Amino acid sequence: MPVTTTDQTPLELTGGEVEIGGVPILRDIDLTVRTGDFVALMGANGSGKTTLVRALTGLRPLSAGALRLFGTPYEQFRDWRRVGYVPQRAGAASGVPASVREVVASGRLTRRRLFRPLSRADRAIVDDALEVVGLSAKAKEAVSTLSGGQQQRTLIARALAGEPDLFFLDEPTAGVDLPNQQALAEALGRLKERGATIVLVAHELGALGPLVDRSVVLRNGRKVYDGACLTDTDVHASDFGWLASHHHDPQDHGTDHPHDTHTPQVSTPLDAVIEEPR
Amino acid sequence: MSELDLFQYGFMQRALIAAVFTGLAAPAVGIYLVQRRLSLMGDGIGHVAVTGVALGLLTGTSPTWTAVIVCVLGAVVIELIRERGRAGGDVALALLFYGGLAGGVLLSGLGGKSASTLQEYLFGSITTIGVDDVIVTMALAATVLVVGVGLAPQLFAVAQDQEYAQVAGLHVRLYNMAVAALAAVSVTVAMHTVGLLLVSALMVIPVATAQQLTSSFRTTLAAAMVIGTVASLGGLVISSFASYHATVAPGPTIVLLALAFFVVAWPLGTLVRRRRRLAASPDRVELASEGAAGV
Repeated sequence: MPVTTTDQTPLELTGGEVEIGGVPILRDIDLTVRTGDFVALMGANGSGKTTLVRALTGLRPLSAGALRLFGTPYEQFRDWRRVGYVPQRAGAASGVPASVREVVASGRLTRRRLFRPLSRADRAIVDDALEVVGLSAKAKEAVSTLSGGQQQRTLIARALAGEPDLFFLDEPTAGVDLPNQQALAEALGRLKERGATIVLVAHELGALGPLVDRSVVLRNGRKVYDGACLTDTDVHASDFGWLASHHHDPQDHGTDHPHDTHTPQVSTPLDAVIEEPR
Repeated sequence: MSELDLFQYGFMQRALIAAVFTGLAAPAVGIYLVQRRLSLMGDGIGHVAVTGVALGLLTGTSPTWTAVIVCVLGAVVIELIRERGRAGGDVALALLFYGGLAGGVLLSGLGGKSASTLQEYLFGSITTIGVDDVIVTMALAATVLVVGVGLAPQLFAVAQDQEYAQVAGLHVRLYNMAVAALAAVSVTVAMHTVGLLLVSALMVIPVATAQQLTSSFRTTLAAAMVIGTVASLGGLVISSFASYHATVAPGPTIVLLALAFFVVAWPLGTLVRRRRRLAASPDRVELASEGAAGV
């Protein structure tokens, strides 16, 4: 499956802000992702990383800032088949049984016409996507009977079937056991070899660590680090990102940050309060 | 045999045709409602349809057409409410349902129609269906089938994972509206067969029955359409034969027959699933309930 290379920058966000119900969730985020990057968005629960991915995919509108996808301003961007989105696996099961192959084949819709069956080429691409994530043997089984890690890989295969150039993955490792994390890492490694650009949200990298080229760390809705890959312990170390945003925002004082009251700090500063409403 | 002579009567032939089309079409929409966990939406539209029927009776136009119009409008409103609200949506839907039912009963009273006229629509009167209504039923059911089966890949993807479909660039809203409108149309189709109060049963029970034994969407859809057809034909024939001895209404007979299929399929499905689980590799964990909790 060829991933087309292009000199357009897949993703460019400048001054991105998101508000949910008047509460600022993301503030002043600049993020550029270049072709072939493997970026991990990290941070504690509530730091805004999932909101950021939702803003980048258009699921959550930006309240300020400019987003460009493949060089096109977001408002004019129509070529959504170049973007592959892998939500948290909750979306894999629904009220009616669906086989793994059917869910993966639905990723092919971006390239299909109405009222036409899957072509031979479509089917070959779906087979290939199943093969990459190691689920060929399970293709006929109902998604709901698979383990969490297998469901997650099904959703990756679905995105893969659309042959996108840019992948967004929301917490692919959450609640996935180690053997399945390794299978997941293997699948993503094969995507990376093919030249895909990958942005993933991770509370912890786990088995994906060796694949990541670049870490972006969020804290309380601000970007506090953007550079070489960090380990999980770096990100969650108690003073990480603390100086970077301390004393900058008067709103921080006396609101939801108990450490601002000069009492001894027990929790990590990355533990924020605001949760992304679902 | 006098009982077989029954099939020579025009009214019985019309009823059989209506039963086949209803049995095929209702599950073809119902499956998307079940998939989106909106099994009761058909019920809600059925309540709204009562107002449509009453408007037809009041103005002397065909209740089938007024019901189609009011149902589609109602379904679009329901879809808009659903799309907007999370907490208030449920209550808003309830208000719409009761408004539809109360409005319908009131309007038909104003029109001087007795409760028995409305009852034909509430509980179905498949054996009194006229030629015009049979043709309209066939046309509406054919529309539902073409869209419901023809656009199955798109409707499946949107119902399966709305956010994914949105990022993939599908017109999620358009497809959601299409499902709502289809549900409204099939409510009108099934109105003559099982009646407005039991409409949802034909949309949901065949799907619920089929999915006990299937593991893919496509087979569920096909099986549900077969089950729907067998139930509505079987229910009609059983009630007709039984009518020689007692008053047996076709609508409830159809629904009870469909339920009987479910009662048979359920333990069978449990057995099949347990077998599959035992045959599966040990690392596999049942996560269906967890998946159900999300989104």
